[in-house]
Formats: sequence, C-alpha cells, structure tokens
Amino acid sequence: MLSVNQVEKSYKKGGLFSGERQKVLSNISFECKQGECLGIIGESGSGKSTLGRLLLGIEKPDHGTILFEGKSVDDRKARLGNISAVFQDYTSSINPFYTVEQAMMEPLKLQGMVRQEAQIKIDLLLYQVGLNPSYRTKYPHELSGGEAQRVCIARAVSTEPKCIVLDEAISSLDGSVQIQVLELLKSLREIYNIGYIFITHDIQAASYICDRVMIIRNGQIEEMVKIEQLKDVQSAYARKLLQMIIT
Amino acid sequence: MNILEAANLKIWDNRTGKVIVPNSSFHVKQGSCLAIVGESGSGKSLTCRAIMRLNKAGISQSGDILFNGMNLTELSEKEMRRKRGKQLCMILQNGMRAFDPSCVIGVHLKETLAWHFGWSREEITAKMKHAMASVMLKDPVSVMNMYPHQLSGGMLQRVMIALAIVLEPDIVIADEPTTALDTISQFEVVEQFIRLREKMGCSMIFVSHDLGIVQKMADEVQVMKDGEIVERGTTRAIFSDAQHEYTRYLVSTKLALNHHFKKIMGGVSVAER
Repeated sequence: MLSVNQVEKSYKKGGLFSGERQKVLSNISFECKQGECLGIIGESGSGKSTLGRLLLGIEKPDHGTILFEGKSVDDRKARLGNISAVFQDYTSSINPFYTVEQAMMEPLKLQGMVRQEAQIKIDLLLYQVGLNPSYRTKYPHELSGGEAQRVCIARAVSTEPKCIVLDEAISSLDGSVQIQVLELLKSLREIYNIGYIFITHDIQAASYICDRVMIIRNGQIEEMVKIEQLKDVQSAYARKLLQMIIT
Repeated sequence: MNILEAANLKIWDNRTGKVIVPNSSFHVKQGSCLAIVGESGSGKSLTCRAIMRLNKAGISQSGDILFNGMNLTELSEKEMRRKRGKQLCMILQNGMRAFDPSCVIGVHLKETLAWHFGWSREEITAKMKHAMASVMLKDPVSVMNMYPHQLSGGMLQRVMIALAIVLEPDIVIADEPTTALDTISQFEVVEQFIRLREKMGCSMIFVSHDLGIVQKMADEVQVMKDGEIVERGTTRAIFSDAQHEYTRYLVSTKLALNHHFKKIMGGVSVAER
C-alpha cells in the first residue's frame, strides 16, 4: 500500500547565509502492506517524526519517492480521505474555536458528505471511541487529554482511511489512559481494517499494537523486525535499546 | 525521623473558589524516597509546588508544612528563598522551560551557586565540572557555554541533577523528571537519580505516572486521585497487595502492557517482584 524508496531529507542548519545542511534522513526504503501496523521506534532527534511528516505529504523529500497505492503522496487527490494523522499534542490538534462536532465535521464536509448523513456518522464515531453524544457541543479546553485524543482519533478514522500515521499519539497520556487508547486503536483496526504507522519511543507500547517494528537511528534504518522476533534483534543498538527499558 | 511533614494541606483556586487538594497529610522519612503517583489532574504537581511555595498567585494554600521541625508556611518570602535550592531542591519536568533561553547554562549555575554559597567563578566551574562529569555529561565546560536549546532534554535534566549534587539539598523534589524523555535518556536519568541518592543519602519526593520507574526508585508510594490520597504503603505492598480499588486499577493497566511485552520477549512473567 505504502512504499518508500531511497528517501533522503535534510534541513538548513540555521544562520541566514549559511548553506550548511543537516541530514535528517538518508536512504530510507520500506514497504507497508494494507492493514498492517508498522512501528517506527527511535530516540528523540532520530528523524522519526520527519519521516512521519514525509509519509503524510506535509513535507517533500529531497530525493526518493513515497508512493501510496502507486501514486505519489505529493498528490492531494491521492491523499484525500486515504491518509490521516494523529499527533502528540492534543491541545493544539483541534481548533479551539470549534466544538467537537464542528471539528469532526470538517473532513466529512471535504468528502462531500450530506449534513444529515454526517451527523449520524459522528454519533457512531463518538460511540466507537467511547464518548457519548453529549460531547458534541463541548470545546477542546473542556476535554481531558485522553478525551481530546479520542476525538482526534475519531476524526482521523471518520473518512475511513487506509492508513493512519500516529506520531507519538499516546506519549503524553497517563499510563492508564494509554492502555485504553491502545485498546481503542486495536478495536478500530478490526472494524475498519486500517493500517497504522505508529511512531513512538515507547517500545512496550509499540510491541502491544504493532505487527512489525522499524528501529531508526540518526536518520537510518537500523533494523526492521517482526514483533514476534523482537527478542532476536541483531544490531548492537537495538539490543542496547531493549536493555534500557524500565519495566 | 521525618524530614518533611505536611499536615492538613489544602490548596484551592482563588478565582473560582474550587478546592483542588482538599485535605492531604503525609510525611517523608529521612533518607527515603516517596513516590507520588496518580493520573494527570490529581494534584501531584500542585502538592509539590505547595511544599516549595511556588504556586502561582491565583492559587492559595493552607495547612502546615514542617521541614526538619520548621514550619515553612510561616517563613517570609526572603527566608524561603534561602531555603529553596539549598535545602529543598526541585527538578522539573521540562528542561527547556526550566532554564532561561537567553543565557548560557553556566550563567544559571553561577547565579544559583553564588547566591547560596558566595563562591567565586573558579570555584563554581571546578565544582560543576566535577558534578557534571559524575552525571555522565561529556565535556562539561562546553556544556556550560551552550544555550538550553542546543542541549537535548535528557542533557538538561542531567544538568539539573548535577546542580542538585553541588547544592547538596536535604530533600530533592522531582516533578515528572523523565516524562518528556525517550527510552534511552529515561534510563540514564533514572540511573543518575539512584546514584544521587546513594551518594548524598538525601530524601526524595518523586512524582511520576510511570509506574515502572516508580517501582525501581521508590521506597514508599502514595497514590493520589482527585486531590485526595487514596492509599499509601511500601512499594512492594502497593504493587503486589494494593488495598484500594483505584490503586489496583493503576497497577493492572501497567501490568497489561508489561506482560504483553515480556511475552514477546520470551521472558517469564510469572514471578513479579
């Protein structure tokens, strides 16, 4: 479904006239099948969020191609309704002047759904993420972190995309809420058969939900492994990473 | 002997009159580590800041906080300033926000140490160099000449710990020090905290919602919910034999992730310590 080929990305290092560039990603190639959940694990600064933005088409790679079902992700039409995103910062993910209902209506309107139909759909989605219809009139500041993140997930799912990029989506939630959201993601996956790209630094959470994980370091793929074989990782870095988990 | 005792601590919002922490009493024993756990919004951070008397102007507190037998709430602001840092040291969640972005790290360190001890520049540099080396910061001098944004979150957190080592406080209050860090920095920072305690034998209040780290660090655990202390006990008791339903719920959610992970890693998850 998603195929990434020899992708490179660099940013300007700063300084108005300095032409120096820092390489963030180099030589990234992988594939993600329909309905698969791929975890991308790395330290902060390893380039995992940049990769997430490239997959979403928010930024363009310097070299290489990212194809979504054979079409480039640069093309808005290829993306529309097919790729969604959930980010870490739930407070800034929803327009503060919008109610939950308005926020969820936005992507549905873009798809040209009739208002009444959309209303029914929102009720269903809210139910699926474990919120009751009374939340429709609430504003983002009235929601707790877990609730806001649920709304973001409901909004991401609303267009029934084939792929959702979750960039540290559970990292700023409490432990007990984390597990609820993970369970929610699992159940939604069964209903809609969505593929997830799960970007995180939390290996335990990734192992809970992913089929396959990719360990990334300094912008390069260190290792890619099926979750059942996580204990047999080869590279020294991946081993170190696994040893450092505090359970 | 208790180094810190809070009695009938009540914290409320002035503007709305909403009581956030209704009535909490707890104590920290000399040389032990008390962990405060709970979900966000349970009043953990407010309690910490109330001990330091650092809450914002809109938030008031009442009750007694006894530190080494002295009532902190009766001290004047000037006296309190002398205590902060030197005797009660606080380590914050977000390193980026804890330092002034317009000065290099060394300026902060110099300011704090000159205020408390009146040391000269050379003395400060020598002591900080030693402390920074002990928290595994390579090349301390260049770190001191960098701005906060040039350092990573884990490094800033370690700078704060290094400062705590030099200040030699009687009690360290760490408010979610590892939450903003990734797995590797988390591990390193926790190691440094454990070494800090070994080295100085100081007491510690450790606030976190990560129960894995709490289990590793704490001697005693106190569970908070909606501003109230629902349970308190030794770490072992809380994790294996919790009395309150809410504590059991928190522990079970942690175990759910953990068991799954261990199953994948092929480890034995039967024997929980």
